[in-house]
Amino acid sequence: MSSVGIPVTVIHSSPHLKKRVEVDDIMRNVVYALIPVCLFAFIEYGISSLALIFTCVTVCVLTEHLFCRLAGKDTTINDYSIVITGLLLALTLPPGFPLWMAAVGSIVSVTLGKLIFGGLGFNVFNPALVGRAFLQAAFPVAITTWTPSFAIGRFSEFIPTTLTPPFLSPPDIKQWMDAVAADGFSGATPLALQKFGQITTDIGPLFTGQTAGSAGETSSFLIIMCGAYLIFRRMMDWRIPVGMLGSAALVSLIFHLYDSVEYANPMFMLFSGGLMLGAVFMASDMVASPVTSLGIWIYAAFMGSLTILIRNWGGLPDGVMYAILLGNALSPIISHLTQSKIYGERSRKIIS
Amino acid sequence: MGLMQLIRRRGFQHGLHPPEHKELTEHRPIRRFPFAPMMIIPLSQHLGAPAVPIVREGQEVVRGEPIAKAGGFVSVPMHAPATGIISKIDLAPNARGEKKPAIYLKLYAGESQDILYGAPQHIDAMSSKELIEAVQATGVVGLGGAAFPTHVKLALPEGKSVDTVIVNGCECEPYLTTDHRVMMEWGAHILDGIRIAMKAYNASRAIIGIEANKPDAAANMRKIIGDTPDIEVLVLETKYPQGAEKMLIKAILGKEVPSGGLPYEVGTGIFNVATLAQIGELLPKSQGLIERVVTITGPGVSRPGNYLMALGTPVRFALEQAGLKPEAREVILGGPMMGAAIADWDTPVTKGVTGLLVYTLNELRNRPTKVYPCIKCGECVQVCPINLNPSQLGLLARVGQYEIMESDYHLNDCFECGCCTYVCPANIPLVQQFRVAKTINRENKARI
Repeated sequence: MSSVGIPVTVIHSSPHLKKRVEVDDIMRNVVYALIPVCLFAFIEYGISSLALIFTCVTVCVLTEHLFCRLAGKDTTINDYSIVITGLLLALTLPPGFPLWMAAVGSIVSVTLGKLIFGGLGFNVFNPALVGRAFLQAAFPVAITTWTPSFAIGRFSEFIPTTLTPPFLSPPDIKQWMDAVAADGFSGATPLALQKFGQITTDIGPLFTGQTAGSAGETSSFLIIMCGAYLIFRRMMDWRIPVGMLGSAALVSLIFHLYDSVEYANPMFMLFSGGLMLGAVFMASDMVASPVTSLGIWIYAAFMGSLTILIRNWGGLPDGVMYAILLGNALSPIISHLTQSKIYGERSRKIIS
Repeated sequence: MGLMQLIRRRGFQHGLHPPEHKELTEHRPIRRFPFAPMMIIPLSQHLGAPAVPIVREGQEVVRGEPIAKAGGFVSVPMHAPATGIISKIDLAPNARGEKKPAIYLKLYAGESQDILYGAPQHIDAMSSKELIEAVQATGVVGLGGAAFPTHVKLALPEGKSVDTVIVNGCECEPYLTTDHRVMMEWGAHILDGIRIAMKAYNASRAIIGIEANKPDAAANMRKIIGDTPDIEVLVLETKYPQGAEKMLIKAILGKEVPSGGLPYEVGTGIFNVATLAQIGELLPKSQGLIERVVTITGPGVSRPGNYLMALGTPVRFALEQAGLKPEAREVILGGPMMGAAIADWDTPVTKGVTGLLVYTLNELRNRPTKVYPCIKCGECVQVCPINLNPSQLGLLARVGQYEIMESDYHLNDCFECGCCTYVCPANIPLVQQFRVAKTINRENKARI
C-alpha cells in the first residue's frame, strides 16, 4: 500500500485538453445576437411583432419537445437551436402576419425543416426558411401584406391581421393603414417600389430601418452589429456574410452599370429587403453550409449572385430566401467537390 | 536581429493555441531522481522488434551493462538502469494498457551506482556505417515521444541523401518542459549530437527550430553554437503542433514530406534535442541509454519539476516522490494533447515518456460529457495541420465506413495531434474514432 492509499484511476482518450465552447454556447450566443433585432422589431412594429415572435418561438419549442417525446428521445430544446429557428422565422415574416399562420409555419419549420432529417446537425436546409417557403406558397397574400413602420398606436393595438381567427383569411386593412400611416404609405416594400415603380429608396432609411418590410429585416445597421458580435466571439464564419454580400454587390454593380434606370445600385441592393438578415443570420447557418474553405466562398458567392439575379430578372421582388435554400441544397456537393489538398498529397497518378 | 527575426518566424498552416501551463516547471532545473527499489524494463520501449534478454533470473548486473540485445535492425538494446539483481523476466503493463515482457531489476541498496562504460570512441575517426552501429549500441531512440530507433533514421536507403539536419526544440505540447531544460543545461551535448548526426548523414548544415515561447533556450543555443556557420537557430511561431515532424519541416524548409513518406525524401533528417543530447553524451564513452529527463507536472502533484529519471522507474514510485495528492485521479504519459492515460500506475517510465501529467478530480469534473451531433461548424477543418476534413471523417466513422475514410479522406495521414477534438463544440471524440478506424482497417487488411 502506498502512503496515499489506492486512488480511483480514471482514463480518457487523448487529447486531455478541451476548448470550452460547446454547441449550446454557440446557439445561445446566436440567440443573444438576435435579441437586439427582435427589440427593434418591437419598437418599429409594436405589439404585433412581439406577438409574432412569441408565437413562433413557443410553437417551435413545443413542437420539437413533443416530437422528441414521441420519438422516445431526450428532449433537444435545451440546445437553443430551436429558439433560433423560431426567432428567424418570425423575423422574416411581415409584422402583421396572422398568428395562426405563423404557428402553422413554425410547425412546418420544425417538422419538415429539421426533425424529419434527424434533428440538429442533419437538416439539409435552414429550418426557418423551409417554414417560410411553405408559408409563401400557402398564403401568398398574407405574406406580402406589408404594414407601415412606426405606425401610430402600435404599442396599444394589434395590426388587424395579426389576430385573424384560425383557418380564416385576414381582413382587408386598407382603411386601417390609411388611418395609422404618417404619410402616403402604399403598402409596398422598398424592393417592390424599386422593381415595379423604379422608385429607389434612399440608403439612410434603409440602413437604419425606417422602411416597410419583414419584422426583423429592415435595419441593416443593427443586423451588421449583431453579426459582428458573433464574428468577434468566433461563433460565426465571417466568410459567408462577407462573401454573400460582396458577390451581391458585385453582380448588382454589373447590372447597374449596364442599365442604371432599370436596375438599382449596389448600395440599395445590399441594404434593402432580406439580404442583410439572410446573409448574416441564415446563410451562415453552420449545419447547412459547406465546411471546406473554398467551398464556403463558392457557396457564399452563389447565394449572393443568385439573390441579385432573382431580384433583377425574376418575378419576385426579393429572392434571398430561395437563393439560400438553393445554396443549402448545393452545399453537400460543394463540400464534396472542394476537399482541400492535404499536406504532402501525392498526385493520384502516383498512387495507382 | 529584430526585423530579421520577425520575417523568419515561420510556421505551418492551421494548428491552434492551447493554454501552455509550462510555468509550473519551465524554470525548474533538471534534478536527479531517486532510484526505485524495483525497476521494470520493458523489452519493447521503441517502435520495431522487441529487444532480446541476455540475462537470466538471479544474475547480478552493473549500472550501464547491456541486459538485452537488439532484436533486429529496427530494434535497440537495453541497458541496466541501476546496479542490482535480475529478479524475474515477466509481463508488465505498458502505456497502451497491454502486458508485455519486461525485465524486473531489484536494486542493491547502498550501492554506489557507478556506471559501466565501454571503450571510448573517437567520433572523428569513425565512418558513417560505424557511427550508425555505435548509435544503435547506445540504445537511443527518439526521446520526443515517438521512440523510433535513431540509428534507423540515420541509415539512408541506397541513393538517398540528406543535406539538412533539423533539430526539434519546439516542445509544443502544453505542460512539458524537458526539451526546454535540456536546451538550457545540456546545450554542449546537443551540439556534439548534431555533429554526429551531420557526420553520419554527411549533411552540410543543421537548423535548430525553437518555439518563440522559449527565448532563453534559443539564446543559450545561439551562445553555444557561437559563430559556426553551418548550424543556426530559428525561432518559430508558438503554435501547436509546431513540434510535429511534418509541421516543423514545412515551417523550416517550406517543403512537404510526401504522404506516407519519410523526411529523407525531402533531403532532411529530424531529431529531438534530447535525443541528440543523449547521443552527444553517450557515444564518445560508449555508454548505454539508462536515464532520461521527465517532466512531472499537473495539478495532482505538489512538487512538479524536471527530473533525470532512471528508465524503468514505476510511475507510482515517481509520483509519490513528486508529492502525489490524494485527489489525483488520472495520469497521462506524455503531454495532454497526444499523451496516453494509463490504467495501471505501476507502468514503468520508458524511453519515449516525456512527462507524467497528473490530473485531479477537479479537471475531470470540468471535462465536458455531453456529446452533441456534428453541426458542421468547420472548426476542425480550420485547425487540422494536415488539412484533412475531420468533420466528414467523423460522420463516416459514426456509420462505420472505415474503408471510405481511408480511401477517400486520407485517414492514414492523421497523426492524432488532437486539434480537431480540442476545438469540437459538439465534443465528438474524433481522434478516438480515427484510432478505432485505423485499427480496424489494419486488422481487416491483415486478415486478407
